[in-house]
Amino acid sequence: MASQELVGRPQKLHARGAVSLIGKRSRGKNRHTVIPWVLLTPWLIGFCAITLGPMLASLYLSMTDYNLLGDSTWVGFANYIRMFTDDPKFLTSAGVTLNYVLVSVPLQLAFALAIAVLLNQGLAGLAFYRSMYYLPSLLGSSVAIALLWRQIFGSAGLINQVLGAIGFTNLPAWIATPDHALQTLILLHVWTFGSPMIIFLAGLRQVPQDLYEAAAVDGAGAWTKFWRITIPMLSPVIFFNLVLQMIHAFQTFTQSYVISSGTGGPVNSTLVYTLYMYQQAFSNFHMGYASAMAWLLVLVVGALTAIAFGTSKHWVHYAGEK
Amino acid sequence: MQLQSVSHKKLLAHGAIIALGLLMIYPPLWMVSSSFKPGQLIFSEPGLWPREWTLDNYAQGWLALGIPFSKFFLNSVIVAVLSVVGNLVSCSLAAYTFARLEFRFKPVLFALMLGTIMLPFQVILVPQYILFHALNWTNTFLPLVVPKFLAVDSFFVFLLVQFIRGLPRELDDAATVDGCGPFGVFWRIILPLMRPALAVTAVFTFIWTWNEFLGPLIYLTATDNYTVPIALNAFLDSTGPSAWGAMFAMSVLSLLPLFLLFLFAQKQLVQGIATTGLK
Repeated sequence: MASQELVGRPQKLHARGAVSLIGKRSRGKNRHTVIPWVLLTPWLIGFCAITLGPMLASLYLSMTDYNLLGDSTWVGFANYIRMFTDDPKFLTSAGVTLNYVLVSVPLQLAFALAIAVLLNQGLAGLAFYRSMYYLPSLLGSSVAIALLWRQIFGSAGLINQVLGAIGFTNLPAWIATPDHALQTLILLHVWTFGSPMIIFLAGLRQVPQDLYEAAAVDGAGAWTKFWRITIPMLSPVIFFNLVLQMIHAFQTFTQSYVISSGTGGPVNSTLVYTLYMYQQAFSNFHMGYASAMAWLLVLVVGALTAIAFGTSKHWVHYAGEK
Repeated sequence: MQLQSVSHKKLLAHGAIIALGLLMIYPPLWMVSSSFKPGQLIFSEPGLWPREWTLDNYAQGWLALGIPFSKFFLNSVIVAVLSVVGNLVSCSLAAYTFARLEFRFKPVLFALMLGTIMLPFQVILVPQYILFHALNWTNTFLPLVVPKFLAVDSFFVFLLVQFIRGLPRELDDAATVDGCGPFGVFWRIILPLMRPALAVTAVFTFIWTWNEFLGPLIYLTATDNYTVPIALNAFLDSTGPSAWGAMFAMSVLSLLPLFLLFLFAQKQLVQGIATTGLK
């Protein structure tokens, strides 16, 4: 499965590329020296001008004070230091984001796995059910759904209409209450569990059925089979989903922006990291500070990915390995 | 006895799956139904079947920003279609070169390409803005579309590389013997065989650009350049939450293209997600 190769064995990919390179060289003798570069030109320009160049530029900017109009002034690590010592709003946004990631991702993956297992018992109509559960994932990142969420969790929104109808009173406007606003965003993220679910379903299909049959012969119940067979056999896919969804969740923006009208309110309770960075860059024109925030995010995401890879050999089981 | 309990269990599973699934898709269904309700009913009718039907919301929403929504749809279509074309052309060229041709520094460049797959976009946001600002490209579609023609979505390059590696090399060799150069092999052999992977690329590029918010929010400043998501957000800002009916109506219209893709591109969607983890 390509998905496993993507995160699970990148070294192998490089190795394969290198091997085929050497093999081909001796055969083809540099027959085409110019053509590959011609075909690669769009990518090369894009990589240098749109990716690598801006990356290095933002590293430089992160050590300057720059407001887009005047000249940039070198300030060294001052921006990075200020984040942690002199900007409570930054710390708030980091906290909101951590809260968001740490709650929404495990919940989302748990739902995705539970539904995938439920769907994977050879029921008729699998394709239809799979589509039904995937639909929210497809729509979830749109502004339209964020708008809908704002109504649903408003004071007279759908949720309160339903709760009111069954007898609850004194219901809050969830989206306007600091204690609940982030929870509605988390719920929105969990709601889009369809794409990890599809990945789990594809993974479940790879689990050899004879393992379950053998376990059944040994008298294992459904619960034991789930923990002793499904989870270990699925661990590469769980790992893949975890890394991917964590990276996605750290970068969330649209929903918070639309639901809070760009403020991150009430009382900064939905001020996710990228939203605060956006405010710094495009409302306050603190381009240097925003770049420093971006680089910190890269470091955090990179570190988390590294930790996930580093610990993976302890809990990720690849079929055919001991 | 045994058989009966098994089928009971299955029935129960079907019931649970359907009930939970309906709960999941209730909010968007309710939005569709509410877009046909008179305004005040949106705050008092949690049911799906409107007691009163009206098309007022659509008429009112269509002109809510002074410019008809058709303009915003046109803008979104232009951006999305150009992005799809850009990604198809540039990513397939890059992927073919990486997968089949030999050149100096290939391992390094390929590793760099892979390295940018997981790169958070935030880190290039500010300098990109400065660059496009300096080029005077703000308030045009260029910052949204030009990068797509330069293969910056490494995800798709990787997807296509993987696909090309699965194609038999004998075909390339045969075409080369018949006198095809590298571009000829790409154009006549690889590109036609790549159709399934290209379809996945096209479908996901369309979905992503149709939903894209941050880029257009930063670059498109004049109302008549707005894409649909920006227009919806501006609609919310300009009226406040009083015009939910009209906002729902425009929201439903904005989701329609996604829903059509959902109906007609199921295979590509499922394949794309299952093989690469596209969102």
